[in-house]
Amino acid sequence: MTGGPLEVDARGQRCPLPVITLALAVRDLPGGSEVALLATDPATRYDIPAWCRMRGHELVSPPPATIKELPDDQGTPEPGEGPVLRFVVRLAPGVP
Amino acid sequence: MANSRRAYWDAGSAAPLHPVGRTALLAALDDGWADPRRLHHEGRRAALLLSGARESVAGLLGARTEEVTFAPSATQALHTAVLGTLAGRRRAGPVLVASAVEHSAVLGAGRHHEARGGETALLDVDRLGRVDVDRLAATLRRPGVAAAALQLANGEVGTVQPVGAAYAAARESGVPLIVDSGAAAGHIDLPGSWDLLVADPHAWGGPPGVGILAVRAGVRFSSPWPEDEAELGRAPGGVSVPLALASAAVLVEVSRTRAASDARRRALIDRLRAAVPTLVPDVEVVGDPADRLPHVLTFSCLFADGEALVAELDRAGFAVGSGSACTASTLEPSHVLAAMGVLTGGNVRIALPSGCPEGALEADVERFLTVLPEAVGRVRAMLGGDAL
Repeated sequence: MTGGPLEVDARGQRCPLPVITLALAVRDLPGGSEVALLATDPATRYDIPAWCRMRGHELVSPPPATIKELPDDQGTPEPGEGPVLRFVVRLAPGVP
Repeated sequence: MANSRRAYWDAGSAAPLHPVGRTALLAALDDGWADPRRLHHEGRRAALLLSGARESVAGLLGARTEEVTFAPSATQALHTAVLGTLAGRRRAGPVLVASAVEHSAVLGAGRHHEARGGETALLDVDRLGRVDVDRLAATLRRPGVAAAALQLANGEVGTVQPVGAAYAAARESGVPLIVDSGAAAGHIDLPGSWDLLVADPHAWGGPPGVGILAVRAGVRFSSPWPEDEAELGRAPGGVSVPLALASAAVLVEVSRTRAASDARRRALIDRLRAAVPTLVPDVEVVGDPADRLPHVLTFSCLFADGEALVAELDRAGFAVGSGSACTASTLEPSHVLAAMGVLTGGNVRIALPSGCPEGALEADVERFLTVLPEAVGRVRAMLGGDAL
């Protein structure tokens, strides 16, 4: 395994699909794994941290608070969407 | 799954008209239809009804009669309170201080102010939705603060704000405090700790189409609207006398029966608060569990679509609100849930009405607890969230 954490792409999906996509993708991963989510739905800013809190996962790195802080390649909004937000989550040890 | 009995549980900002209000409204339509500013018999009769309504409302809100004016809506009253205080205090500076969870009318007035060169300082809230009084006090001490706005309680999540301490801090800094009692008036005791007070009759069972603004004598206030003699210039064109009278009549009634109604609804919300997370997995119940409005409960269901959940509960006979993004015209979820940092998806907002017949509300609560797990399960299954 090289190249950082498993990346889950939920760009273009709207609430509550991104959190479902992420939860389905990590279902069979062992505890302690790291996974990155890419999303454009602004509600993920609140719902991904909430999912982590409710399931005991650790939000290793939340997306930057403002668009200005996003790297250039992620700061450009898709047509009709917000900027791409990237979350890195470390799964809770034990049962996923 | 049709059900003939409807449970209207979206009474936070649009409560059903109380029977007392209906009676008062019909009587006032007969006697109070004339322009209260006219000097003839019919005009004087309308003016008498309007001043009686003003006196009743003032007494129950803890204001003096001459401080109270009616407005066409609580939203217009909030706009007037914020913009009028900023205008009256413009020599003090350009800054409006408000919590991030204020009514959208307060935040909207703030943006309007910003677009014209003003500034707004929004205060964060904690996970329960409450502002930190020390941070509020520190913000009020900054130079250039003209006005501060804080709600008595949040209508979406029920959390009561520390308005008494905020008022003490505002006094110390010489900043007038606008208290939005829109979600709270008629439901909990109102403190006297305000310089301007806004109330919303539609939220206590009065008719839609009327709001209330009280401005304490001595507060520097300059109406932001074009000059008009009605309602001290704060509500150009004046207000409907029948609506004002019906609002006052309902406030008298709900104040009289509040102790019983409060205990009853508080216990039912406690019951729902405790039972919902045991019946539905992956639910986040938000807001302060104890220091809250008696009739409000909000919770969010992970992996569920808020819009679909509202529709599912509607089919089962329950009218509820939601702060999920998919129920709004924008992609943004409720600014209150966002500021609290809680789950926004699958959000259900309940505000129990007052004045239900004995036993009806209790039966509805038990039926809700029966239908909710199935409703959430069906909505989760639509998107594959049931497998998680």
